[in-house]
Amino acid sequence: MAGSLIERLQHGLWRDNPGLVQLLGLCPLLAVTTTFINGLGLGVATLIVLAMSNALVSATRRWIRQEIRIPIYVLIIASLVTCIELMFKAWFPALDRSLGIFIPLIVTNCAIVARAEVFASRNPVAPSIVDGIGMGAGFAMLLMAIGAFRELIGQASILSRLDMITGGEPFAGLSFADRGLLLAILPPGAFFALALAVAAKNAIDRKRQPMNRTSVWRREQLLGKDNS
Amino acid sequence: MSADQSVLKSGATLAFIAAVCTALVAATYQATADRIAANEKALLEQSLQPAIGGLMFEGSVSESRLDIQPPHGLPGNDTAIVYRLYAGAEPVGALFAVTAPDGFSGPIRVLVGVAADGNVSGVRILQHRETPGYGDSIDSSRSDWVYQFTGRSLGNPVVAQWELRVDGGDFDQLTGASITPRAVLKAIREVLVYFEANREALFTQPATEEEQ
Repeated sequence: MAGSLIERLQHGLWRDNPGLVQLLGLCPLLAVTTTFINGLGLGVATLIVLAMSNALVSATRRWIRQEIRIPIYVLIIASLVTCIELMFKAWFPALDRSLGIFIPLIVTNCAIVARAEVFASRNPVAPSIVDGIGMGAGFAMLLMAIGAFRELIGQASILSRLDMITGGEPFAGLSFADRGLLLAILPPGAFFALALAVAAKNAIDRKRQPMNRTSVWRREQLLGKDNS
Repeated sequence: MSADQSVLKSGATLAFIAAVCTALVAATYQATADRIAANEKALLEQSLQPAIGGLMFEGSVSESRLDIQPPHGLPGNDTAIVYRLYAGAEPVGALFAVTAPDGFSGPIRVLVGVAADGNVSGVRILQHRETPGYGDSIDSSRSDWVYQFTGRSLGNPVVAQWELRVDGGDFDQLTGASITPRAVLKAIREVLVYFEANREALFTQPATEEEQ
């Protein structure tokens, strides 16, 4: 049981990472990742919504009829997102202003409804929560990585506006150069950063497992056994 | 189960889930409403701060809000918002959030702080869509242009001189933009004229109740 839960986590964090592999929820991913803190904020909000929506969908799965499941997912997810938005406004007002419309827009993140449909509606509560945490953490880590990358390249600083989470005086970040490469902050920079992240993941996977069974089989088919 | 029953059952499930979700949101709202209101008030007071300049006052700025409906003689044709500052019962100054209707790319929201003696305590641009690189220099984050008004009043210079230099007045214009600064300057002048004419009434009226 514990082993399968750990495997669930690995799915979300790496093997089926919603951002890197499934390429879901790219709109917020590309829009808010101008800094590490922004990525962290939206990542954590998405993680909480994902874990809770998985828990609720899984808990109610037995008495939800097939035909009305989608409206119910929408209801659950929209309510959770509204609650998270209110909490951000109450405790992290600056972060809420910085993320703006992208907090309410978590509702439209298809990674969440995808996990409800594909996993939570068919599995017990505990694995569903673990799945939500794994997928949410995978998504959040990608947001943070891209945010940190774009901030480092674009502003030549890191952790700027840390005060949005900790409170206190505005914090300009740890700066180590006068100016960065502006392109990284602009929208195209988000696409470059995502492409690099996907490429890096594929490269790491390939290195770990030089040739998996499918590709060996396909090469054999294409080239004939002797040539491989 | 007949088709009718199945529809009814689905409807009941949906209604139940909707009620639970609504209760969840309502409870969260109840728990956060006070903090959110406090945060919004703090943000408002923070955005008003630059126009207060060095005025010493007591109490909360946002609680002395007065909404003035048009026609009011102030710039713009929308509701003008005035925040009044007091020290005890003594008026210290007033902050006018007004709209200069004749910007180059649409209306400009201007915040003008006026001390009780009629001196400008500070001017800030709250919102504008002026051309980047030209008209947007009215924004204090882009240039020092708005600081030239601080400490000036209707006698300093006289009303007729409250114009840009290019129009024969006493105030600096901006390179490459004349419509934008002219609109802002006109708004400040109109606020000062209004303030002089309505000073008594302005400070004695009760605060406008905020609509909930």
